[in-house]
Amino acid sequence: MTWATLQALLSHWWRNPLQLFTLLAGLALATALWSGVQAVNAEARASYDAAAATLGEGQYDRLVRRDGQPMAQAIYVDLRRAGWLVSPIVQGRLDGVRIIGVDPLTAPSGIGPVAPAEGTDIAAFLTGDGQFFGTAETAAALPDLNVIITPETAPNTALTDIGVAQRVFAKSGQIDSLIVLPGQPKGRADLATLAPDLILQPAQGGSDIGRLTDSFHLNLTAFGLLSFAVGIFIVNGAIGLAFEQRRPVVRTLRALGLPLRQLVILMGAELMLFALIAGLIGVALGYVIAAVLLPDVAATLRGLYGADVSGTLQLRPVWWLSGLAIALGGTAIAAGGALYQMAKMPLLAAAQPRALAMAAGRRARVQGIAAAVLLGLSAIMMVTANGLIGGFTLLASLLIGAALALPLILDRILAGSSKAAKSVTAQWFWADTRQQLPGLSLALMALLLAMSANVGVSTMVSSFRLTFTDFLDQRLASELYIRTENEAQSAALIAFAKDRTDIVLPIQNVDTQVAGQPTEVFGARDHATYRDNWVFLEQSVDPWDTTFGGETVLINEQLSRRAGLNVGDEVTLQGTPFAIAGVYGDYGNPIGQAVIGEGVFATLYPDITPRNFGLRMDPASVPDFVADLEAATGIPATQSVNQASIKAISLGIFERTFTVTTALNVLTLAVAGFAILMSLLTLATMRVPQLAPAWAMGMTRAQIGRLELLRAVMLALLTAVVALPLGLALAWALLAVVNVAAFGWELPMYFFPMDYARLGLFALLAAALAALWPARRLARTPPADLLKVFSNER
Amino acid sequence: MLLDVQNIHKTYQTADGPFEVLRGIDLTLDAGETLALTGESGSGKSTLLHLIGGLDTPNTGRIMVDDHDIAALDDAGRAALRRGTLGVVFQQFNLIPSLKVADNIAFQARLAGQHDPAWDATLADRMGLTEQLNKYPEQLSGGQQQRVAIARTLAPKPRVVLADEPTGNLDEGTAAAVMDLMLELVAETGAGLLLVTHSDSLAGRMSRRLHLRAGQIA
Repeated sequence: MTWATLQALLSHWWRNPLQLFTLLAGLALATALWSGVQAVNAEARASYDAAAATLGEGQYDRLVRRDGQPMAQAIYVDLRRAGWLVSPIVQGRLDGVRIIGVDPLTAPSGIGPVAPAEGTDIAAFLTGDGQFFGTAETAAALPDLNVIITPETAPNTALTDIGVAQRVFAKSGQIDSLIVLPGQPKGRADLATLAPDLILQPAQGGSDIGRLTDSFHLNLTAFGLLSFAVGIFIVNGAIGLAFEQRRPVVRTLRALGLPLRQLVILMGAELMLFALIAGLIGVALGYVIAAVLLPDVAATLRGLYGADVSGTLQLRPVWWLSGLAIALGGTAIAAGGALYQMAKMPLLAAAQPRALAMAAGRRARVQGIAAAVLLGLSAIMMVTANGLIGGFTLLASLLIGAALALPLILDRILAGSSKAAKSVTAQWFWADTRQQLPGLSLALMALLLAMSANVGVSTMVSSFRLTFTDFLDQRLASELYIRTENEAQSAALIAFAKDRTDIVLPIQNVDTQVAGQPTEVFGARDHATYRDNWVFLEQSVDPWDTTFGGETVLINEQLSRRAGLNVGDEVTLQGTPFAIAGVYGDYGNPIGQAVIGEGVFATLYPDITPRNFGLRMDPASVPDFVADLEAATGIPATQSVNQASIKAISLGIFERTFTVTTALNVLTLAVAGFAILMSLLTLATMRVPQLAPAWAMGMTRAQIGRLELLRAVMLALLTAVVALPLGLALAWALLAVVNVAAFGWELPMYFFPMDYARLGLFALLAAALAALWPARRLARTPPADLLKVFSNER
Repeated sequence: MLLDVQNIHKTYQTADGPFEVLRGIDLTLDAGETLALTGESGSGKSTLLHLIGGLDTPNTGRIMVDDHDIAALDDAGRAALRRGTLGVVFQQFNLIPSLKVADNIAFQARLAGQHDPAWDATLADRMGLTEQLNKYPEQLSGGQQQRVAIARTLAPKPRVVLADEPTGNLDEGTAAAVMDLMLELVAETGAGLLLVTHSDSLAGRMSRRLHLRAGQIA
């Protein structure tokens, strides 16, 4: 009985391959987009975890010199003798790979693969040219070194013995930092007495990078979910249509003696089988998408957060299993309603396929109420929402509410147009379009979501780009930036530049904590470069005068929002209170920043000497200056970066940051176009009985085909009209709520009418292309098929 | 006795209030017997057939099919009775459009676990469907589709055949030919046949006839 029933059920798909293709393709696309994004996230997170595990980043306090320079090895010896449990670290970059030198005898267990507990050959590690530990990628990047492949090592990182690292980086007798081990003995000597040049950097708790990048991954996940939702719309449409078409068969099967329970189980099993097949295809496609996106994501994370992420994708069981699970879950959601309706359907329900319009009519009221509730909720949340969860709740309620409202809005517009139509053809066109609406509404809802996401995200990105470009112009005002290696070079530079530049601006900073937030404090020299270029979001009277005078501090928006600080509030630096005189925009910076006058900076942080300098001069004289500087002082040109290069690098990072978003945006729109195509193709097979009377009454098949095309374009146009305000609302939510929560800064919103017009044209083109094939098929329907509609011969 | 229907009442809720379709129906059917059920439209013929076929349940009364009380059975029990003991021929054929003719004929017998390919072949041959076995229902004429439906019903050799206006959609000539075949085959299998029809001539070919009027046996 089971096999006979399954054969009967599956034969439906065999006889309707287009429907089967729609179902499988929709589900596979949805799964692919979702699992692709998840693969990227999983790879990045695995890299952070590996970094945390390998280097102990974020887990242990560290001792470093105040000026960031290496410390003498003797200090380490003194500290150990005084009872401090510390372990030395030497690090640097070789061929782009981060090399970490550790002392395997004192390093805390669990850091890297060199812990003695793991049975490593310590003797081999300590002798000869030394062993390095790294991933296969790292080994390939360091072909001349003896790299033992250890997959659990952080990407782009090699671990070695500290002695080897000192030799490689010519740091003999020097140490970069000391890991402070847990369980320090009580009564050990005071750090300030033993090593006054050292400061303790507290552990941040968990991986810093993981925490910083959470918002980036959350954004990706949200986009993946949106793409998945659009795909599920397609699946829902395909399943709904298949169930509608099989109603008579279901009735027959039951009448012939198949128990309802068994029928529901078998239909569910049939769908789960398809979900499994589509899931496997989707996971494979997702792997391809992730492999394509990962290099850009890795570059973004390196550029924005300094996080090293493996550029190679691994096939993690958790990832592909979760891809299959989401495919099965998505199908269950899409099919749940249809299966429930079938289970509740009386055996003697009407044998003919129930018109989609009638079904939609009954659901319209419930849908309208749900849309009103969700849109009402989003209106409330626009005023009250804060934080990422609130932001995404606002986005979800706005998008789902609008999608549910769309068919009702279109129905009203079509009803009005039908009433206003003068000619018979126009009346028929509007009325017929209205009748088609239920069958197309899911595809149109998918198009609405995709288009509004496009408008929203492109508005956000373009607003960000405009703001960021202005910001770079303000902040990178100096024509040339030079980094020196030591104090002698700094002095030589200042002496050389004195008469050849307008001014030399030292860029000196120290990493510290302000109001409990990790913050970099800068000391700025009094000059018009700052006064003329920096733009404040909030400021007191003459903020620069008081700041250069040593009375006040300026802070960035991130610190202001995270610590709840505003102009007039007070912060303490090295025990000295400062009033906040201004809050400035600092786009792209993940942490807090504060600016004080050069004089007071020198007083508070006497050990910090500037190593970076901004030089103001005639831009045309920059190349000559750099060449002459090298000739006169020996400071090589590689230590100089001109303004244009820095801007290009910064904008490059910015563009790559949104490459992934743009790619997902385009994919989502493509999925929506596919949804329209599939809906129209499926509907076309049911259209003949509806179009035959129009043909019989004098319309040509070509006319009917053209009207079908026009119908799709017109519906896409109406959807685009609804998508524009929805997309702008989405952009506002992204800029004013989500961005603030995710990155700590708010961006001004700009409008880009040409972009919207172009997107609208793309959508119309996509709809026209999608409608072309079904319309052509209808226009070429043989007269014999049309005549069959009127034939009653049995 | 194959079928024993006692004092059946059935009421539907309509927009105008409750409507009693059947009001105390009694009937019996023995093996090999053919019984015609006639009456005006709306007299309750199809409703009675659906109740006997276990497709619906009566408000009161008792229906015994081959010693099984239909009212006492759950959905699965009634389904088992439909696929094994009963066979229903519908006016609208109700073939499975995505299965070929051969698969449609075998379908109910396979559901019932009583599939006999030789008997299927005999039925196809007797129904003149041998050439059509690899076609889909939509490729057949109405008369051919009804013959497939009858063959499907008879394939599991049911004890009771219920036919709801099986020739209502056919022209007179085709209807007569289809009916001849069905009566022959029913007689050969020894099943009881309950036929709902509007046609006096068709009813006249049954061994017994009952006329329904306003939900009661007239």
